[in-house]
Amino acid sequence: MYAQMVKTDGTRVKSLDDMEPEERAFQQRIEAGQKIEPKEWMPEAYRKTLVRQISQHAHSEIVGQLPEGNWITRAPTLERKAILLAKVQDEAGHGLYLYCAAETLGISRDEMYEQLHSGKAKYSSIFNYPTLSWADIGAIGWLVDGAAIMNQVPLQRCSYGPYARAMVRICKEESFHQRQGFDILAKMVKGTPAQKAMVQDALDRWWWPSLMMFGPSDDASVHSAQSMAWKIKQNSNDELRQKFVDQTVPQADYLGLTVPDPELKWNETKGGYDFGEPDWKEFFEVIAGNGLCNAERLGARRKAWDDGAWFREGLLAHAAKAEARRTTAPAAAE
Amino acid sequence: MSSEWPLWEVFIRGQHGLNHRHVGSLHAPDAEMAIHNARDVYTRRNEGVSIWVVRSTDITASTPSEKGPLFDPANSKVYRHPTFFDVPDEVGHM
Repeated sequence: MYAQMVKTDGTRVKSLDDMEPEERAFQQRIEAGQKIEPKEWMPEAYRKTLVRQISQHAHSEIVGQLPEGNWITRAPTLERKAILLAKVQDEAGHGLYLYCAAETLGISRDEMYEQLHSGKAKYSSIFNYPTLSWADIGAIGWLVDGAAIMNQVPLQRCSYGPYARAMVRICKEESFHQRQGFDILAKMVKGTPAQKAMVQDALDRWWWPSLMMFGPSDDASVHSAQSMAWKIKQNSNDELRQKFVDQTVPQADYLGLTVPDPELKWNETKGGYDFGEPDWKEFFEVIAGNGLCNAERLGARRKAWDDGAWFREGLLAHAAKAEARRTTAPAAAE
Repeated sequence: MSSEWPLWEVFIRGQHGLNHRHVGSLHAPDAEMAIHNARDVYTRRNEGVSIWVVRSTDITASTPSEKGPLFDPANSKVYRHPTFFDVPDEVGHM
């Protein structure tokens, strides 16, 4: 997902009886569906896990601007360009909501940037694939944002107040992203055979990476079990992936496209599709930094940060000077 | 010295004559830039007609762990709610 394989520090999920009174009261509040707010007591592992997850989520929004930014200057019409700009601006906004939510847990914005730029913090594997044609912009909106929505809707009920509230804002805006992507593809498949072929090619390249966004099966993962006990996570990776496939395949049918999975088949008894296994070796390579665009994406982020240093410092110096002038100005200077 | 821009809390008045409401926070070098950034971050879809920004460090908050004693005085005064009083049916709406 936008946050993949988030570690929780624990080796097993504690039962209520194993907990000290403070932690037990905390866990009971979570189970009663109460939100945890920034200054309240929380286990250190809960805090750290949330910092990892929210910052990874924020980094994904920010890095996620890059593959689409590639096409802002090449959008086929002025209207498409304006729409894409608005979408990319939303991604920046989503990153900012999330960074602010993470900051309420005691990590600074600069620390988070530093972790991203040094490679210590991760962002979603999906943004390390290249956008080769205009159809890729459609495929990203339709598939990548579609997968993101699958994960983000339940996160609105997350136990940590600031994260849950950020997700409410994000979900409201995300639906525009998915529809604009689908709209691009729906237009293109009605175009020339070459345009339709571009759409099929985009689906062929983005289908499996989109399924990988949910992460490997986590049914046996202690981190996942812990995150669920804390209500930071509500559904297993496989559950969400199944939902995504069930929702998306009929849409691909509508577009007249072929999903690149020979094992894909409707299963009447489970009321969902059976589908093949993504190439997890590729997934782990991308996570480890060896994807097609990892170096390019991080390079672009670092360059933007370094090139902007004079500007950030300049504005801060100006603010300090203006403040000094305001506080030391003589009251009556006639 | 930290070169991080200070943090501001953002309050927005929605369209319908409501109070300004806290919507989130952001970093900006000064108040003017904070307003500009708040417009771009929090009102991209006409969510507001007015923006307040306040330096986060200027906010004094109550302590969550003391919420018991802090709000205790109100607990025993249920008569402050109109439903405390029985109004006979014959009297009708009051």
